[in-house]
Amino acid sequence: MQPVINIKNIKKTYIMGTVEVHALVDVSLQIYKNEYVAIMGPSGSGKSTLMNIIGCLDTPTSGLYEFNGVNVSDMNDNQLAKIRNKEIGFVFQTFNLLARSDALHNVELPLIYAGMKKSERHELAKEALRHVKLEDRMHHKPNELSGGQRQRVAIARALVTNPSIILADEPTGNLDSKTGVEIMALFDELHAQGNTIILVTHEEDIARHAHRIIRIRDGMVEHDEVVKDRIRPLVHAE
Amino acid sequence: MRFVDWGYEIKEGLLMSFQAIRANKMRSVLTTLGIVIGIVSVTLMGTAIEGLSRAFNETISKIGADVLYVQKFPWFDGGDNWWKYRNRKNIDLRQYRMVRDQATLASAVTPSAFAMAPIKYRSTSSDGIFVIGANEQYPQTVSMNIALGRFFTQAESNGDRPVVVLGYTVAEKLFPNETPLGKNVKVGQHTYRVVGVVAKQGSFLGMDMDNRAIIPITNFLQKFSNQRRGLSLNVKVVDINELENAKEELRGILRKARGVKPGAEDDFAINQQEMFIQTFNAIGGVVAGIGLFITALSLFVGAIGIMNIMFVSVTERTKEIGIRKAIGAKRSTILFQFLVESAVLSLIGGIIGIIIAYPLSLLVDQILPTSMPISVVAIAILISLLVGVVSGFLPANRASKMDPVEALRYE
Repeated sequence: MQPVINIKNIKKTYIMGTVEVHALVDVSLQIYKNEYVAIMGPSGSGKSTLMNIIGCLDTPTSGLYEFNGVNVSDMNDNQLAKIRNKEIGFVFQTFNLLARSDALHNVELPLIYAGMKKSERHELAKEALRHVKLEDRMHHKPNELSGGQRQRVAIARALVTNPSIILADEPTGNLDSKTGVEIMALFDELHAQGNTIILVTHEEDIARHAHRIIRIRDGMVEHDEVVKDRIRPLVHAE
Repeated sequence: MRFVDWGYEIKEGLLMSFQAIRANKMRSVLTTLGIVIGIVSVTLMGTAIEGLSRAFNETISKIGADVLYVQKFPWFDGGDNWWKYRNRKNIDLRQYRMVRDQATLASAVTPSAFAMAPIKYRSTSSDGIFVIGANEQYPQTVSMNIALGRFFTQAESNGDRPVVVLGYTVAEKLFPNETPLGKNVKVGQHTYRVVGVVAKQGSFLGMDMDNRAIIPITNFLQKFSNQRRGLSLNVKVVDINELENAKEELRGILRKARGVKPGAEDDFAINQQEMFIQTFNAIGGVVAGIGLFITALSLFVGAIGIMNIMFVSVTERTKEIGIRKAIGAKRSTILFQFLVESAVLSLIGGIIGIIIAYPLSLLVDQILPTSMPISVVAIAILISLLVGVVSGFLPANRASKMDPVEALRYE
């Protein structure tokens, strides 16, 4: 079976003044459809750089990155924007919603960029909000929503294009633990429904929701292991 | 397919710009003010120029385009040659007759001379009247209509008859309650019978065209001294398309009549309306250009204001740009959205500017008959749109080139 993400010998080097910083030394990994993977590592390990490359926000200095069999390692900005738009759903620690737009418009935005007709994208955006149980809040702006609700709007936005992967960067980092548990339950549910989820975190408890943990240290993969004592989802998919 | 995409991007751009403008009301108002002032001054200047040009055209049409004026002095020449022109031999009736008899391309020829004199009827007197001596063809060379009575005839002209045709103002002043026809008036020291009144003509280059009286040329030359200026010949050509040929013919006749040696330069000038137009266009063009340039500077300042605020706006919204890029906005999308924002800002300024300029143009109309031409309105709107796009370009370009990773990290 073809992996969704196929990374081979990726390097990422930044030039900081006169010093070369090797953020990623040599990383290879594969992620398949409907996997639930956590990428872990302390700060400075290169995990953020790896996430940016996986999310097509950045390109590697060298090495190969195939997304659904397509080489994206040396795509230009516009091609990458298209991949991000159609194939990747981002969920960020700070939610990253547009403050002046209501929930519905935030969720619609990727579809606007995809050039979808208004009636169609309204339907899909409402459907996505229903999925995260926020349809009654769709005309609320982010500052009228709680942290957990905002993150659910962000998840709806990530889901709405039916992407190949959902890439979540510390999704519970700005939430209290109770709300964090609810959000993780939502991810478990999304996984159970067939989505491929990549979770970037430094918290062991959060990572153990995943089926597989990739540990990064000093720009390399330190461990790539299957989780045996998974934290069971609190909510099961119907 | 691209067409459809742009539709959504325009809508999204408009939505974003209205949100941004609403979120920063004070800032937007101040930024827009620069454009408002710019557009008001440019449209008012355009309106004033339109008024000047209209006033000039109305004025200039009073001297026929198909009339040539043979005189000692050319109309437009630097002052340096004044003595040379002054010392030229006068144009006299003999030369007039030669032109009259020989010019084949002329439909009317009249000599003309003038003097200032008072005109008196009983106890009422009107001073400083422009008294013109001419022949019966004079009305044809100076687009004029007769309001009352008639112009003097060829017989009267040739027979030195003491008859006069009064200008409208003169007639109105001397004969407020009775008909001037058949009455005797004193022009200077001499008595003339009024045969007609010229219809109101208004003013030309600030001169009251109706404050005048016309008498037969031969009579004029006997009664009014005119030795210094000599005559002027007004020659109306048969066909305006033959103007240049008529000019050449006239030149030939006059050179012969005045005994100009072959190879020597003309010792007379053939003037025509076109010289007015050329001079006006040259002067008017420069004045209009300078006026528009100076007013356009205020628009330029407005444009800098917009550019400045757009840079601020882009920096403030770095995070937003990062978010939009992360979920799939292309460079062109971001560029376009910020361009729409600055264009909307500028366009609002332009429209407010026109709304303010319109009543002001009505004020200008009181002094200088004009109206704000629809073309000026259209151009003003177009310019404000253009100003928005141009001044928004650098900030929008900076936004579009932001690295999404960096932009998302921005707090």
